[in-house]
Amino acid sequence: MLHRLRFIPGRILQAIPVALGVSILVFLMSHLLPGNPAVAILGNHATPANVAALSKHLGLDKPLWDQYWLFISHLFQGDLGQSLTYQQPVVSLVFSAVPVTLTLVLYALVLSLVISVPLAGWAATGPGRARDLAVRAYTLIGQGMPQFWVGIMLILLLAVRLQIFPVGGYGQGFTDHLYYLFLPALTLAISMCPTIIRSLRASTIQVLGSEYIGTARSKGIAGASLFRVHVLRNAAIPTVSIVGVNLGYLVGGSLVIEHVFAIPGLGSLMINAIFARDFPTIQGVALFVALFVVIVGIVTDIVYTLLDPRVDLANTEAVR
Amino acid sequence: MTTTPAPTLAPVKPARRPARARSLRPWYRNGSLVAGMVIVGALILVAVFAPLLTSYSPTTQDLEASLQGPSAAHWLGTDQFGRDVLTRLIWSTRVDLRIGFIAVLIPFVVGTILGGLAGYFGGWLDTIVMRLVDIFFAFPFYVMVIVLVFVLGAGETSIYLAIATVSWVSYAKIVRGEVLVAKQQDYVMAARLGGFSHLKVLARHIGPNVLSQAIIYAMSDIVQDIMAIVTLGYLGLGIAPPTAEWGSMIADGQQFITTHWEQATIPGLAVVVVSLGLSWLGDGLSDLLSPDRRK
Repeated sequence: MLHRLRFIPGRILQAIPVALGVSILVFLMSHLLPGNPAVAILGNHATPANVAALSKHLGLDKPLWDQYWLFISHLFQGDLGQSLTYQQPVVSLVFSAVPVTLTLVLYALVLSLVISVPLAGWAATGPGRARDLAVRAYTLIGQGMPQFWVGIMLILLLAVRLQIFPVGGYGQGFTDHLYYLFLPALTLAISMCPTIIRSLRASTIQVLGSEYIGTARSKGIAGASLFRVHVLRNAAIPTVSIVGVNLGYLVGGSLVIEHVFAIPGLGSLMINAIFARDFPTIQGVALFVALFVVIVGIVTDIVYTLLDPRVDLANTEAVR
Repeated sequence: MTTTPAPTLAPVKPARRPARARSLRPWYRNGSLVAGMVIVGALILVAVFAPLLTSYSPTTQDLEASLQGPSAAHWLGTDQFGRDVLTRLIWSTRVDLRIGFIAVLIPFVVGTILGGLAGYFGGWLDTIVMRLVDIFFAFPFYVMVIVLVFVLGAGETSIYLAIATVSWVSYAKIVRGEVLVAKQQDYVMAARLGGFSHLKVLARHIGPNVLSQAIIYAMSDIVQDIMAIVTLGYLGLGIAPPTAEWGSMIADGQQFITTHWEQATIPGLAVVVVSLGLSWLGDGLSDLLSPDRRK
């Protein structure tokens, strides 16, 4: 078992240039702002003294390479700059928002799986039948709805009309969070599910037609245990990598959805920062989210290897 | 982040009909293609002839007629400024469809060229392009688009540039994969042995065969771009009011959701119709262009 995880150190090393590239891109964003970056970053607070101080801090009089070096060394000291609206270090703002967004994303992921797995399995047992067509119609329409609009429609139906759920907010305490985050998580799940269902349906149909399922059936295994033990585990493998890739998409979507439901996570932080023209905060959120996606990529590869004994990323590296 | 490992269990769906029968089927018997063409064609006609379809202006306010329900004069009612909702819905097709269709062009060209060169020549070029792909891929679509639109300043040009910066990655990935397969084919080997230059082989022999996948993907990419424009409009970062645009219409309608639910609902349905049309068009094209490996 363990020898198959030998690829992990190499995989992490491989992610380092990508993480560096991400930081270069985020660094360059401040230079895309029109005019002097210090003036543009400070906006309304651009007094000559403030501009001079920030220019010195960012090293604006030095060559671009030195400025980047300064940016990176600040980064390693946990310094992403000072938020202009909140008068706080960006790092502490980001870290207080991360748990909220992370809870929302994981919640959405769980709901997605709870919805997708039965639907995909149900559709796969009768390809071309009415239930299959219904599930496929959902995957088609589900992807065509703007996410934030799905959120508004859920608010309209379940919060305004039926008044089962709150229209927004985050609540106090864990159970409260789960209650408040249900609609936003469901919103994200509704647009995430079509991708998962498509992949899982196709692989389930393939697994159901394979010889080992025939063998299991002939041994008298049927129903839920056949599905759980023999079908799902094998059918899930291609889906894991699809979920991994789309987790970044889920994070991106959650930023907009947080705005719809007024949830105090990274998304609300970023969008409020955009309206306040608070560039350091925007930069900080973008950097954090991108690095998170890089880490998710590594985790996906590990899970993928653990699930499928036939995948040997350690050896494929060696063979090359 | 690297690309995901190649699945050992490729989800190959057994073809329901032999590939040959599918490809020989005339295009007008292809249900998805026809449905997609009809919907997208109708929407384009609506966009082009918008001024002829309604007698109201999409922007002129009439505060005495605000927030009316559907009537003979206003089929879908009026918004909070007394503007005819149907008129604004129709005029929005001009903005949202135009930007969606134009936005797809730059990433298509840039991604196809970079992916094609990386796949064909391999080596350090491939390494550089694929690392760039990984870097850009780390930024979720909306994060990158929202930040870039902020940095570049609001407006249509910024939207094009922001979308181009994010979307070229998918084309590069798809085309590179296609080229890696195509360059092993006998006809490409033969062309090289026949003394054709790399450029000629790429343009004449590989290009036409790999482009179909990029074109099929472009259909879903247009949907994604329209979603981005609508989302930006909803957040107030897109096309500035009073121009009619579905996203800002939904944002306006959300304020009156307790009393006038249809205000936020209807523009969203319009987006769903556009996406359905483009998805079917993509499915149909996929049948038509690569009948032997439809997923």
